Amino acid sequence: MQHPAFEEVSYHHHTDDAEFKKRVRKTTILLSVITVIELGIGLAIYTIHKGENPSELLVLMFKGMVCILSLAKAYYIVSVFMHLGDEIRNMIMTIVVPLLLFIWFIAAFIIDGNSYKNLRNRYDKHFQESTTPKGHHKAAEEKPAEPAKSEKQ
Amino acid sequence: MATTATAHQTKWWSGGKSPFNLEYGKLMMWYFLMSDAFTFGAFLISYGSIRFSQNFWPDPNVVFNAFPGAGHQNLPLAFVSVMTFILIISSVTMVLAVHAGHKGDRAGVIKWLAWTIVGGLAFLGCQAWEWHHLITGEHAVLLDGQIQMVGQTTTVNPWGELAEPAVVTDALKNSSPQILAQIVHDQDHSHTWKELAGMSKDQLLGMINSAELHVRKTGPVAFGGYFYGITGFHGFHVFSGVIINIVMLIMAQKGVFDRRGHYLMIEKTGLYWHFVDLVWVFVFLCFYLI
Repeated sequence: MQHPAFEEVSYHHHTDDAEFKKRVRKTTILLSVITVIELGIGLAIYTIHKGENPSELLVLMFKGMVCILSLAKAYYIVSVFMHLGDEIRNMIMTIVVPLLLFIWFIAAFIIDGNSYKNLRNRYDKHFQESTTPKGHHKAAEEKPAEPAKSEKQ
Repeated sequence: MATTATAHQTKWWSGGKSPFNLEYGKLMMWYFLMSDAFTFGAFLISYGSIRFSQNFWPDPNVVFNAFPGAGHQNLPLAFVSVMTFILIISSVTMVLAVHAGHKGDRAGVIKWLAWTIVGGLAFLGCQAWEWHHLITGEHAVLLDGQIQMVGQTTTVNPWGELAEPAVVTDALKNSSPQILAQIVHDQDHSHTWKELAGMSKDQLLGMINSAELHVRKTGPVAFGGYFYGITGFHGFHVFSGVIINIVMLIMAQKGVFDRRGHYLMIEKTGLYWHFVDLVWVFVFLCFYLI
């Protein structure tokens, strides 16, 4: 199979129709299932916030799980839908290696934001008193006609 | 399906062939997308940085709980999950369009591209509804010692903490009769606006059920700017993707790619479209889930 337009592109991938369809179907189902799990975790976080004593650690764990699941989704989109997984190693590396910069990028700026908050709380008591949530679980008790709430009573 | 042994033995850098085994246009599309990933990344990271610098941040499940046609029902995450699935499905139809292009199947390319465009337009429609709902939605908020009805804009955020009942009672007394009438109307639809307009402030105050009244303080202002800025930038990408797909659809229809002998343009637009879906994964994560 010669490339129709570019001689320089010398190596060609063989895409078998049945195999391709199987792969696309598998990836679609995978992405949908991960999204459903993410939504489930989102609702779990909502329920925890609504509860009497929301466990910050549990919420943090759930949020970490959604982050990992999103990275998995990103991997499947890039590798299968964008066919990066089918390219040659040279090509994969020139895209993936620069993206490693994100590790520093995310860590540095989030730590910076956090440190700014800590400094402000220490030196600006008004900021601390006026913005720190008093009862976080109250935040979600908005709608009166909640089935979950009537069960509790 | 991936690289086989023969590919590894090839001397990619000996000249005469593309060392990345890609044509120029597709390679440059990859580099553009990489730089675009850093642009989006910078926006989202800046949002994260501001969010970490605050003691309080609104719970997305409280902010995004509306669904078209469902009135005031509390449906957290429901609408955004519809939007997410629309984008996943349109990504799949794009994969099928690219695959049809590989085989030189013009009818297939046209069919799947058309579905991708439909998906993109549906997503944009959803986003327009969501923005409209957030901007025009009126929420009772404690502002300057009185109750005011505000929507989510870039200058005010109505999703702060719930205000203490004692403060709310005082604030109600300072509020304008129009606002009080609106609160009464929201709680109890049995009075017409005309009747409410004729009532005195004390009458209105007596009619408000303060146990059912949930007044919030204002939340961090940055929320609105980041939300509209980032989802707007993503929406702009979806919009330009739809336009590019329409151009490709017309070109395919006219047989331009058949004359060229290849459908590589469809592959490049495909990359762009998948990138839009990829970015949404992270916008969805940062704004709606965590």
